[in-house]
Amino acid sequence: MKNKISWLAAPYVIWMALIVVAPIIMVVIYAFTTAQGGITLDNFARMGTYTVIFTRSFQLALVATIICLLLGYPLAYVMAKEGPGFQRIAMVLIMLPMWVNFLLRTYAWMAILENNGILNNFFEAIGLFDLINGIFGTDLTYFRMIRTQGAVVLGMVYNYLPFMVLPIYSVIIKLDHSLLEAARDLGANSALVFRKVIFPLSLPGVLSGVTMVFVPSVSTFAISRMLGGNNQMLLGNLIEQQFLGGAYNPYLGSAIALVMMVIVIVCMVVMNHFGEGEEQAVML
Amino acid sequence: MKQYRIGSRFYMALIFLFLYAPILLLVVFSFNNANSNVVWQGFSLRWYEELFRDRQVMGAVYNTLLVSVLATAISTVVGTFTAVGLFGMRRRFRDPVLTVNNIPIMNADIVTGVALCIFFVTAIAVWNGMIVDGWNGFVTYLEENFRRTLPRMAEMKMGFTTLLLAHISFDIPYVILNVLPKLRQMDRSLIDAAQDLGCTWMGAFWKVVVPEIKPGIVSGALIAFTMSVDDFVISYFTAGSASTLSIQIYGMVRKRVSPELNAVSTLLFGVVLVLLIIINVRESRQEKRLSARK
Repeated sequence: MKNKISWLAAPYVIWMALIVVAPIIMVVIYAFTTAQGGITLDNFARMGTYTVIFTRSFQLALVATIICLLLGYPLAYVMAKEGPGFQRIAMVLIMLPMWVNFLLRTYAWMAILENNGILNNFFEAIGLFDLINGIFGTDLTYFRMIRTQGAVVLGMVYNYLPFMVLPIYSVIIKLDHSLLEAARDLGANSALVFRKVIFPLSLPGVLSGVTMVFVPSVSTFAISRMLGGNNQMLLGNLIEQQFLGGAYNPYLGSAIALVMMVIVIVCMVVMNHFGEGEEQAVML
Repeated sequence: MKQYRIGSRFYMALIFLFLYAPILLLVVFSFNNANSNVVWQGFSLRWYEELFRDRQVMGAVYNTLLVSVLATAISTVVGTFTAVGLFGMRRRFRDPVLTVNNIPIMNADIVTGVALCIFFVTAIAVWNGMIVDGWNGFVTYLEENFRRTLPRMAEMKMGFTTLLLAHISFDIPYVILNVLPKLRQMDRSLIDAAQDLGCTWMGAFWKVVVPEIKPGIVSGALIAFTMSVDDFVISYFTAGSASTLSIQIYGMVRKRVSPELNAVSTLLFGVVLVLLIIINVRESRQEKRLSARK
């Protein structure tokens, strides 16, 4: 009886072999070949020319992840302390922006950060530029915000902050209250309770939040394209160019994609090592 | 304690301001009577009119909805049956399947997109080279030697079909991950009881198993649908000549920025908001009814 049921999964296993596993194997094969054929490491050697883009991608993704953690952890923590009705509304409010297409949300930031955009107009209106020009003798008419690395990081933080808040929140909310009471009974003040009990126990949530922010940040190409212009290229833009852009070279593109896959696998291994948090993250 | 309360509420308000200010801006400027996202020049609905007249954008919206609905329907059915199959499988076989099932979820979108792109390009080249060319050669041979003809096959290229296949491939894992836990929570003796009472296996499946796992199926389908509607990166690499709303937006942002985009976002946001309010009101009503019964 039982074996008969398990055959229901057979079509999907075949489907996965074809459309999940086979494409990945093809990426690996492409990464180690060139248009002329033959197995080479040329593609990986050529990546040396793009060191700047590699470092920039990692730096920006790392900064965005840290900012998300610094903003998201306190938010998840204070949310978990509220009453159930409040928590429910807060959850909806956090998830709601995720339902608006992320390109549209990023596009909104373009209008805000433009040189003659809303923020600069606002600074103008409150006389900030006059003040600065008066003090330093400069002739500033706007702050350059769009097409900078800061704008790209802002876009990442804005788009992926909910991915940090939700897993941390779901871990904190399930914490065993008797542990906190025990720590307090044993004489710990609230700072010590947080440091010794709450934070270590919420680590699985933090780790899955970090992964869920870092992986899309390091691989994005739309955010950097929209808020960073042409001079803030990231790994994602590099891959995109090899497949759909001017510099058509799927072999090099595959090699970079392979590197990115390795990054994801490393993240997953680290997360699995700490267990628990991962499954909840996936369910979100 | 009270001070802490005020501080924490203030912090939350700041974050929500950060999250919502840009969206509100889009909404406000969708009613602007000028081609600007910065200067307000009076109320008008002109961008909505232009949006509904824009064939390209409306076509992209239609494509997005069609591919999302089809992908959700197919992946919900396939995913549910697969989950039942996995449930009956021995752990030794089930675990590797679930690991592979996680790949599309965990992997960076761009890697999945690029991998599918290479796969589809190769598969289509093979198909066009072997099957289509072979068949059309055979038809030509018939025409030249026997004066008989058969319909020729058209060459395939990347388009709606590849887009749909890609969407199905990243939707199914979410359905499985939502249905499987519900199967595990189910009381197995219910199935035995149904069968003892004369149900066939299929009867027991429809009358006992499906109602038990229904919440999992519904939430799986909902997540699959949102993933499909929201997806940009994977669609971008697999859509070929077809276009979705996300692809259209990306193209517009790169070339000409039109406040039509504000109108699109406002409409989408409105739909989502209404849906969420309906779901939440219904849920809280159900909860109240349940607690009243107790």
